[in-house]
Amino acid sequence: MRELEPSEHALERFLERTVLFTTLEKMVNWSRKSSLWPVSFGLACCAIEMMAMGASRFDVARFGAELFRASPRQADLMIVAGTVTQKMAPVLKKIYDQMPEPKWVIAMGACTISGGIFDDYSVVQGINGLLPVDVYVPGCPPTPDGLIYGIMKLQKKIEKEPLRRLWAEKTVD
Amino acid sequence: MAASERMILNIGPQHPSTHGVLRLVVELDGETIVRVTPHIGYLHRAIEKLCETKIYLQCVPLTDRLDYLAPLSNNLGFALTVEKLMDLEVPRRAQYLRVMLAELTRISSHLIWLGTHAMDVGAITMFLYTFRERETTYDLFDLAHGARMNVSYIRPGGLARDVPPEFVSRVKSFVDEFPRRIEEYETLLTKNRIWLNRTRGVGTLSGTDAIALGVSGPNLRASGVNWDIRKACPYSGYDEFNFEAAVGRNGDVYERYLVRLVEMRESVKIVRQCLEGLPEGPIAVDDPKVVFPKRELVSKDMESLIHHFKLVSEGMCPPPGECYVSIEAPKGELGFYLVSDGGPRPYRLKFRAPSFVNLQAVSKMAEGRLIADLVAIVGSIDIVLGEIDR
Amino acid sequence: MGNERTAISKIKKTLGENAISEERVFRNETTLVIRKEFILEALRLLRADPDLDFDFLSDVCGIDWLGREPRFEVVYNLYSLKHNSRIRLKVNVEESRPSLPSAVNIWPTADWHEREVFDLFGISFEGHPDLRRILNPDGFKGFPYRKDFPIR
Repeated sequence: MRELEPSEHALERFLERTVLFTTLEKMVNWSRKSSLWPVSFGLACCAIEMMAMGASRFDVARFGAELFRASPRQADLMIVAGTVTQKMAPVLKKIYDQMPEPKWVIAMGACTISGGIFDDYSVVQGINGLLPVDVYVPGCPPTPDGLIYGIMKLQKKIEKEPLRRLWAEKTVD
Repeated sequence: MAASERMILNIGPQHPSTHGVLRLVVELDGETIVRVTPHIGYLHRAIEKLCETKIYLQCVPLTDRLDYLAPLSNNLGFALTVEKLMDLEVPRRAQYLRVMLAELTRISSHLIWLGTHAMDVGAITMFLYTFRERETTYDLFDLAHGARMNVSYIRPGGLARDVPPEFVSRVKSFVDEFPRRIEEYETLLTKNRIWLNRTRGVGTLSGTDAIALGVSGPNLRASGVNWDIRKACPYSGYDEFNFEAAVGRNGDVYERYLVRLVEMRESVKIVRQCLEGLPEGPIAVDDPKVVFPKRELVSKDMESLIHHFKLVSEGMCPPPGECYVSIEAPKGELGFYLVSDGGPRPYRLKFRAPSFVNLQAVSKMAEGRLIADLVAIVGSIDIVLGEIDR
Repeated sequence: MGNERTAISKIKKTLGENAISEERVFRNETTLVIRKEFILEALRLLRADPDLDFDFLSDVCGIDWLGREPRFEVVYNLYSLKHNSRIRLKVNVEESRPSLPSAVNIWPTADWHEREVFDLFGISFEGHPDLRRILNPDGFKGFPYRKDFPIR
């Protein structure tokens, strides 16, 4: 490499400040993980801790996720917060199907992971048979900082996703 | 001209107002509501049947998850029912602490009601304000027994354990600060023109209708009927405290808001009296067939070990019989009907959930109003699906 | 407190001595077991009589005593706001004919309570305006709170 001319130093510094080299994949993943908009799907007690996460003490707005969308068409994250009953399961599937890709699912709380303490006929014993779950957050209910940890884990997962990921490949256990 | 056509609008079970999984089928004539039919059961977890398979101590965490906005209230009602059936008298310190926790829970429940109701009507900032205070109450419950929400602290026989020494001073600083916060909420809402337009005269329910529909709690009192179970049939030492029941007149959404604000102030008064008069002493009955013996004794004394073993494996066995105990939960009359066959598990445990009954009144309240009023009305009833569907 | 004895004597006077098949006082609570043919009249009397005035129906509950005949029991927990007193009325329902007259015309709040008893126990209420399942999904088969319905 030859030495820089004096006039070229300023240009070099300017370029360092204003030009970024990265891959398209990293850019896309960065923007996706920094603005996860959850669809409001609070079902039971976990919904209250999810709301507390959105309030000022835990402040999920720092992660770009404070905008809980009422309509699934405008959301990309579904935090299933609370017990899913047999009566509610078709609604859950319908809302998930209405979400456009890319979309992710966080199973919050013991009830969504395995039915929780409700081991009976009317509760779905874990939602992973209905939807592909990306992150499981255990707790009854998990504290808001636990849920934020779950969102951060999801963000790390999104960072590593290949650009041409097809959502049809995601499997349901 | 064509005759007016009715439209059926489906609201829920997934919808932005955070009352849970409630489905409302609304029959509309233009924008006017003709009839509202609530469809519930989307959170039916068969808690009552589950309780029949568990020993009494295992039922306590299940009661937490009924009205999950006020878990200690449910614990208290269940504990009182089992204690009445077993004819137990808890020590005074336990009674005072129970009242303190029940009133803190009432404040906590009304705060989330205020935050979500105001947010539904459009005053979104209130949500952040009330959740700030609610976090302080969460910290107090966390300090008392290690969990923010579903605490399972009040158990048949007394309390699970005594509160740590700094609990009293923390509660004191909360009640010293809290009245100023209520003032803040009042400056935002009470004389706010938009709030008054959205809530005054909306969703009126007369006292007679309210009684006939079984409505209880702040909704009933806002309609002018002075019935507060803490005054009519005092439990856990409530007769020793000075407080007023908040009673309204018109029974509209605005009155229900005012009644709950007054209730929060009265709860602060009660907590202050508890703090001043808190007696020393045990926090549970001295009956090894009901309450766990002290940990140190279990490792030293054979009898304590056997009692501990029996309590964990079998638990307390109330005599055969039945009883119905109701308490003034933040949402209304929370009743527990317990039928025992003398065994370690309840034969039938029925929860009389206030929100289940209060929700029936929504059709009466919303008839003839506009669709936009429906959100304010449903919010003002203060329902929680956990106890509606059980 | 205190008008439970008045209630008992009024029921006996108006409906006859054998309307009440059993009366029990346990832990200061009065429970009356009323014969099925008299239950609606008894409820109406407790509501309408000014000395009794049980205007608040707290709860309607079903119980399954599997192995006993009659198998079911429906329990009405009543409260009088004016007299501040509670009373409990129970009625036995046989499995072969699980039905009772509806109390909806006496207390409108009985609507959802009776739907719940129907949904969970299968006891129907004659005269109910809209008797269908309330907690379980519409196509659900069986009555889950019966003791012979498995928990999972």
